[in-house]
Amino acid sequence: MSLVVKIDAAWPGFRLRIDFAAEHGMTGVFGRSGAGKTSLLDVVAGVRKASRAFVKLNGDVLADTAGGIFVPVRRRRIGYVPQNLSLFPHLSVRRNLLYGSSDGDGGEPFSLAHVTELLEIAPLIEREITHLSGGELQRVALARALLSRPRLLLLDEPLASLDADLKARIIPFLRRIRDEFGIPTLYVSHDPMEMVALCQDVLVIELGEGRQLHAPGEIFEQRVETVYRFRASVGQCD
Amino acid sequence: MIRPEEWQVLRLTVVLAALSNLSILAPGLALAWVLARGDWPAKSLVETIVTLPLAMPPVATGLILLKLLGRRGVIGKYLHESLHFDIAFTWRAVVIAMAVMSFPLLVRTCRTAFAQVDPRLEQIARTLGASDPRVFFTITLPLARRGVVAGSLLAFARALGEFGATIMVAGNIPGRTSTLPLAIYHLVQLGQDAQAYRMMLISILITFAAVWLGERLVPRGKEGGP
Repeated sequence: MSLVVKIDAAWPGFRLRIDFAAEHGMTGVFGRSGAGKTSLLDVVAGVRKASRAFVKLNGDVLADTAGGIFVPVRRRRIGYVPQNLSLFPHLSVRRNLLYGSSDGDGGEPFSLAHVTELLEIAPLIEREITHLSGGELQRVALARALLSRPRLLLLDEPLASLDADLKARIIPFLRRIRDEFGIPTLYVSHDPMEMVALCQDVLVIELGEGRQLHAPGEIFEQRVETVYRFRASVGQCD
Repeated sequence: MIRPEEWQVLRLTVVLAALSNLSILAPGLALAWVLARGDWPAKSLVETIVTLPLAMPPVATGLILLKLLGRRGVIGKYLHESLHFDIAFTWRAVVIAMAVMSFPLLVRTCRTAFAQVDPRLEQIARTLGASDPRVFFTITLPLARRGVVAGSLLAFARALGEFGATIMVAGNIPGRTSTLPLAIYHLVQLGQDAQAYRMMLISILITFAAVWLGERLVPRGKEGGP
């Protein structure tokens, strides 16, 4: 797989300049809130238009403003799990899961039975969305995206709304998704721990700019060093 | 309890208001959606034009309709001469007057309801492969249904009470264009006050039922009216 993204776009009060190519697996997108991480996912998914953008996935050009190409959102086959999950509140868990696949028999590994077993949500399937806990909602949203047989996954802060205990319990599920489905994934987070735990490469976005892929260990070490040096300089090492 | 001639007026009014409601539902929903979701240059102009019948004297709206639909009107002349089809002073004119006058209420209420549906849900539905019509009918409309039903009932209540535009373009022909409000006016003019009061009570009851139902269906503080 390969994902090539080039964006140079401005919206009122905000500019986004991204240029990277991801080769495989889970690619982290790291930065503070407001850095432009979600805008990047929106442009890749096609739900937000950029004045200048080029997106190529596995040789298919999905968007090329210079060449006048814009593949409609529904034809991109990109599984997007936004930060608020956007589960459909008026539909049952089953109807949410099957929204993008109609019969749930997309062939292994994308069958309803396999995905719900893998994410351990099979017992929830007849429930209403409004009756699920945070961790359950998160897994249902992941399953819904997977069942649409995506060619690319976009995960926006999947763990941000969960407490530390739940985070630790969801991370193995994310690893399972990464290893079993082999779908290239952009994983957005502001937490270096998640980057280290899940991603092979990390794109760092700062103030709407992101160009370079790093190894997650590199960023993490820098971070620790900075914190350590800061503490040393003010002389309070607890 | 209700006399035959009163039944007849009541039935005519309800049937014509229902017809008016049915005819504006699809275009009303479409326009409300475009106003809620779209972002285009002449939007505020269209909004103003749609709202106009709500603020204009109904008699003036009726006069415009008469000039369009009467036998010597722009559209009416053509229909009369080539198709021998009349609109003015028939039940059709009543339906059109009701439709024009209640359209703004439907559009404004539905627009508010659509605007309150999280656009993110619609976007995610699209990433899951849904076409625009499917997104509308499976996500937007179900989530806005309370507001849509409320707007429809409000428009229905408005149609039941339509007077000014109706009397201009449809006249007051007993059994054909004489709806509840016109019948009340007519009875008062004839000095038959007791009968007018009975009609008035009927009209209060039925309007009360429609508005009350509309209020019940909209959770307070969540979805507003126009």
